[in-house]
Amino acid sequence: MSVNVSITVNGKPVSAEVDDETLLVTFLRDHLRLTGTHVGCDTSQCGACTIHLNGDAVKSCTMLVAQADGCEVATIEGVSDGETLHPMQQAFKDNHGLQCGFCTPGMIMSALDIVKQNASPSEGQVRDALEGNLCRCTGYTNIVRSILAGAKEMEAS
Amino acid sequence: MAAAEPLNTGIGESVTRVEDSRFLRGLGNYVDDIVLPSQSYAVMVRSPHARATINGIDTAAALASDGVLAVLTADDFSAFGGLPCGWQVHSKNGDPMTEPKHPILAEGAVRHVGDPVAVVVAESKAQARRAAGLVDVNYSEGDAVVDLQLAASDGAELVHSDTPSNVCFDWELGDAAATDAAIAAAAHVTRLELVNNRLVPNAMEPRAAIGDYNSANGEHTLYTTSQNPHVIRLLMGAFVLSLPEHKLRVVAPDVGGGFGSKIFHYAEEAIVTVASKLIGRPVKWTADRSESFISDAHGRDHVTTVELALDGDGMFLGLRSTTLANMGAYLSTFAPSVPTYLHGTLLAGTYTTPAIYTNVKGVFTNTVAVDAYRGAGRPEASYLLERVVDLAAIETGIDPVELRRRNFIQPAAFPYDTPVALTYDIGNYQATLDMALENTDAAGFDGRKAASAARGKLRGRGIACYIEACGIAPSNIAGALGARAGLYEAATVRVNPTGSVAVLTGSHSHGQGHETTFAQVVSDTLGIPIENVDIVHGDTGKIPFGMGTYGSRSIAVGGAALSNALDKIVLKGRQIAAHLMEASADDVVFKDGQFSVEGTDKSVGFGDVALTAYVPHNFPLETLEPGLEETAFYDPKNFTYPSGAYVCEVEVDKDTGVIDIVEFHASDDFGNIINPMIVEGQVHGGVAQGVGQALMEGAVYDDNGQLLTGSYMDYCMPRADDLPNVTVSNHVTACTHNPLGVKGCGEAGAIGSPPAVVNAVINALSDYGVKHIDMPVTAHKVWSIMNANGN
Repeated sequence: MSVNVSITVNGKPVSAEVDDETLLVTFLRDHLRLTGTHVGCDTSQCGACTIHLNGDAVKSCTMLVAQADGCEVATIEGVSDGETLHPMQQAFKDNHGLQCGFCTPGMIMSALDIVKQNASPSEGQVRDALEGNLCRCTGYTNIVRSILAGAKEMEAS
Repeated sequence: MAAAEPLNTGIGESVTRVEDSRFLRGLGNYVDDIVLPSQSYAVMVRSPHARATINGIDTAAALASDGVLAVLTADDFSAFGGLPCGWQVHSKNGDPMTEPKHPILAEGAVRHVGDPVAVVVAESKAQARRAAGLVDVNYSEGDAVVDLQLAASDGAELVHSDTPSNVCFDWELGDAAATDAAIAAAAHVTRLELVNNRLVPNAMEPRAAIGDYNSANGEHTLYTTSQNPHVIRLLMGAFVLSLPEHKLRVVAPDVGGGFGSKIFHYAEEAIVTVASKLIGRPVKWTADRSESFISDAHGRDHVTTVELALDGDGMFLGLRSTTLANMGAYLSTFAPSVPTYLHGTLLAGTYTTPAIYTNVKGVFTNTVAVDAYRGAGRPEASYLLERVVDLAAIETGIDPVELRRRNFIQPAAFPYDTPVALTYDIGNYQATLDMALENTDAAGFDGRKAASAARGKLRGRGIACYIEACGIAPSNIAGALGARAGLYEAATVRVNPTGSVAVLTGSHSHGQGHETTFAQVVSDTLGIPIENVDIVHGDTGKIPFGMGTYGSRSIAVGGAALSNALDKIVLKGRQIAAHLMEASADDVVFKDGQFSVEGTDKSVGFGDVALTAYVPHNFPLETLEPGLEETAFYDPKNFTYPSGAYVCEVEVDKDTGVIDIVEFHASDDFGNIINPMIVEGQVHGGVAQGVGQALMEGAVYDDNGQLLTGSYMDYCMPRADDLPNVTVSNHVTACTHNPLGVKGCGEAGAIGSPPAVVNAVINALSDYGVKHIDMPVTAHKVWSIMNANGN
């Protein structure tokens, strides 16, 4: 069965008719070609598909696109200002908070949510809040360092 | 001309990564991101049984399902070979290993859960998935052979009915008689039985492949998540599908981590390549994570008995080990090399043990194939050695630091021939251990232990020293040991007319940062900023030859090839510059981007020389060809030998058994370092995987061969709050036989950390008389031990 959805993605309105079984992540990747949102597992454990839905970080593999009808969605592609990186993205670059880059978009989206909840989190709070995001490359040391640095930069700016 | 400004993008600088800007903006180009015109989708039908006979496959319902373009079974692949094994070892009696066929799709029988039986290709992935459920496979299930020791015993059911036993090879290395004599004469012998737990590599990007056949020119293109596109071209082209190499292009674009699991040639690569030609459209396959668990090669899985003989002064006299190594149901690409030459040859570790003997049996079981995973054999060697040394320290009453110190190979002893076939070129094991101890306040441990005790915690401190052999080499020796491939690397440096540079490298980056590190080598040598350097990798259509990235070989072998190609560029550049300055090439020196005539103020910039090469109006055409492009193939003289010392402190909760790593320091010797920031990141990641192995990860099969840890719900991946802040330090002894003096850093963390962590936990539990706990050392195991001991 098909269903009509209207969503605002990265500030732009999008309407489409899709199969009602379509996941939000599939819609973003396959229909809109926003391939920065990744699929790393099929059990909602890894967080590579994390996006913002009405301002909150959610896993886009865990909901149907129909459930996002009428919502505001933000993906990694909307975070930077063109070539200029967002302070959180810049903090990841400066602190070597990524290696293969596959988990990175989800990490950035979670990091922005962490800072939204708590403008100056402690290291322990960041580690706890990253519970839903897996990275196999970095060992998290530099991701945590990046998020702490990004939070500082965002607070200052 | 004035000399160029000093650059900050050369060797030794922590240059931030060139590749990050695209990854951070979601603009990476991973295989699953690629959509080709008319692309179709493949879904595999996989065996739910670990061992069964296939009586028949009914594909009619699936073929009739919406959107289905094809349903393929083994019959469609009968013209092709099986998946090849790239390394042949011999048993101690001289017999070659048993090498059963590994069909692309199961032929008449399945041998592990996940063995591919059929493939459905449809207009959409959802349609392919629905139709896959309609493929009716008639199985007769048999008794699975799962337990390693049972599989190796006489009378066991056979994984391959046409092989004489489940033992693939019965291999040995070292001097058995001398080791027996050393053990018989010893003042003390420490014995230990241990398991090196089976791991699932779990790169965050699941494997994916797209086959794209072009009927106009007969060319196949395969996009695949590979660490090794040139080797896939060789193996799949020459040995599986009989495609001439010039008609097969393999592209491995951005790849989301590998850790070994993406070195190998997998069935799905051949399947999509064949399917694309059959249906005349591109065919994409992307694994689900649950599918990855039962189709990616696993790592480790050894059961070992080890004995260490010591004299009255604690000097090591002999080491003997006996290991059963799980091969899984089939031989993956490099599987036989891992428990043999990558494991047995490392059993001297950093010590002067005069007599060593090891016997390793590779055993087939009804489980997923096991192959190289981060460290590949070397973590297993390091683990058994550093555990038995720690146990020997406990048993002899000699401090574990002192025991290691007494037995270290001394700096003056290099080059050092071990009794297990290697020649270490250089190292300083005492220096890294001293550095690690200084950085972790060894003297303050008793105070910290008392403070922990006051909070109901048992504090332990563990040390592990490791050595690894990176950059498998040279090709002639590797060939004599069974490698069926050369182990060189190739690099082409293409200087463009305007002075920018493209490097075509056979190394492949899947997180290691080659686009930055390799560019730094160019920047340093040619005196140009890295913005002017483009590192091209991962496409056999652009890069003539290569051998990929694994075994920490990129900078030591690929970087060395690059360095040699750059030397050729400078050599030709000097000849061009000499002509321009009307000097002898012998008098021209190159520094900071300037060619100068020694003893004069004559100078010409690199960019001018590059332009002259391509606009040869004023050029010595009678002696020199136009253009400025050079290729180097580099075949190393020896392995490189990174080494180091890791110190771990843990707190164990007395009530719950929960282990908290409160300090972890890695002190390594990687030789010269190109980018300290990237090297530190590699160590962090390696340590995380090693800590995962030590404390939480483990693939578990039931007696029927069902993988109980088949998803992230059941397989415990380390998360941010499981891991410590890892601190690092480096001592440098430059490699003596490659032009950059580099060694390799990608696997060190995963090699050194498991014994450091387990030694720390055993130390914390010293009051309970615990001698050993097998990995993963879970809170439940620790809690059970404490309870059994009357906590």
